[in-house]
Amino acid sequence: MVMSRRRRQRIARVAGYVVLALVILAAVSAADWGRLSEAFFRLDVARSMFPQAITVALRNTIVYTLLAFVFGLTLGLVLALMRLSSILPYRWLATAYIELFRGLPALLVLFMVGYGVPLAFPDREIPGGVYGSVTVGLGLTAAAYMAETIRAGIQAVPKGQLEAARTLGMSHTRAMVSIVLPQAFRIVIPPLTNEIILLTKDTSLVYVLGVTSTTIELTKFAGDSLNTRVNPTPLVVAGLLYLVITLPLSQLVRGLERRARRER
Amino acid sequence: MSTIRIDGLHKSFGKLEVLRGIDLVVDPGQVVCVIGPSGSGKSTLLRCVNLLEEPDSGSIRVAGVEVTDPDCDIDAVRRGIGMVFQQFNLFGHLTVRENVTIAQRRVLKRSRAEADRIATVNLDRVGLADKAGSYPAQLSGGQQQRVAIARALAMDPQLMLFDEPTSALDPELVGEVLAVMRGLAAEGMTMLVVTHEMAFAREVASRVVFMDGGAIVEEGPPATVFGSPREERTREFLHRVLEPTRVSESEIGAHLTD
Repeated sequence: MVMSRRRRQRIARVAGYVVLALVILAAVSAADWGRLSEAFFRLDVARSMFPQAITVALRNTIVYTLLAFVFGLTLGLVLALMRLSSILPYRWLATAYIELFRGLPALLVLFMVGYGVPLAFPDREIPGGVYGSVTVGLGLTAAAYMAETIRAGIQAVPKGQLEAARTLGMSHTRAMVSIVLPQAFRIVIPPLTNEIILLTKDTSLVYVLGVTSTTIELTKFAGDSLNTRVNPTPLVVAGLLYLVITLPLSQLVRGLERRARRER
Repeated sequence: MSTIRIDGLHKSFGKLEVLRGIDLVVDPGQVVCVIGPSGSGKSTLLRCVNLLEEPDSGSIRVAGVEVTDPDCDIDAVRRGIGMVFQQFNLFGHLTVRENVTIAQRRVLKRSRAEADRIATVNLDRVGLADKAGSYPAQLSGGQQQRVAIARALAMDPQLMLFDEPTSALDPELVGEVLAVMRGLAAEGMTMLVVTHEMAFAREVASRVVFMDGGAIVEEGPPATVFGSPREERTREFLHRVLEPTRVSESEIGAHLTD
């Protein structure tokens, strides 16, 4: 039998939906819904976590993320400019830093900042307590990644932009600040947001520094609730609260990308 | 005092010798058009004048200041030299008005009101005062190039360099840019123009310079260079550019109609 192209397409489409429906049906009937909701969706357990889940845990997660991001971005920018410097030792130092910190686990760096440095310099301490240690401990690693992202962004700005700026009498520094970097940052907004999202999740490592009830973040908070209630619902709550941070971020990126497209 | 005085200029990129001893003088109010085949060194010559390319040897003086002197404050010299690029190079993240004001404010330290006023005057000169709020991406190529000219003019240059300003434009947009340049020439602006627009060179130039192989082959008034060129290479180039449909197969070694 000869089938028309349209008929063949329609049959393929219907078959696709049928397969999907069967898979969903199988998953739904295989799951033990009573046990699932008893384990992961206990409203009384969830309710007992509030308001601390938001006023302390979520808040601290956001604060840690922002502190580490600002530190990492600043250091990352410096490293990126060093990588592009005409002075060889600067390039060399930046490359060494980036290779080192990209190659180390964030947890190891956090241990080093939280325990290694205080042991080595007992008479000095990182200002800001846990907040300071987290900023540096997570920021050092983030800076290595962001440096490479920013460098790529700077190099993606056409050379003619710098030439046009220099031709107008701007110094190299002025041209970088007013012309090249603003355009480079527009280019790297999507990868940098990725970096924030990764950092948000890396703040779950902070518990190794020994947080208190005021400096606790989401994952540790959920873990503690899990222990006291002997029920995994807190993990679901924490997971949803992480999404409260990361989903608007992706939304923000989309908005910024739309704006950048208009201006290019 | 000449606006530009170039003596014995040499420039190589690696092993490739792009400029082999250029001597050139441009006097105030002159419009000098540089023509020649691709790779002849025209653009490199232009880019040496404001030191976008560093010459290997020779000297370049702009309004008496030796730009090739290592102690020369090149940023100060560049303020007096406007440059227009083939690819426009407008700042994509800034509006048209900001493109024209940013260097006025950051380099010349003019107030915002003063810079805005001068921007409006110069955008009006190129016929784009109504586009001040647009971003470059919203403009046609011809409009972008006119903004680029306004941006350069806002710095009150005593010399304008044009590096193939119409080569990246759709054919129907070339005329509007040439019209602005013709107007500038009529106002007495000193201009050094690298171009493939022979009609423009013939009509507007005070002098035409023909370059080939990194050297100046011939220069003189347009009527002479176009009308009765002395050099065989000039004749051949003009023949190919001005009468492209008359280039014969034998000239290029093709054998299509045996």
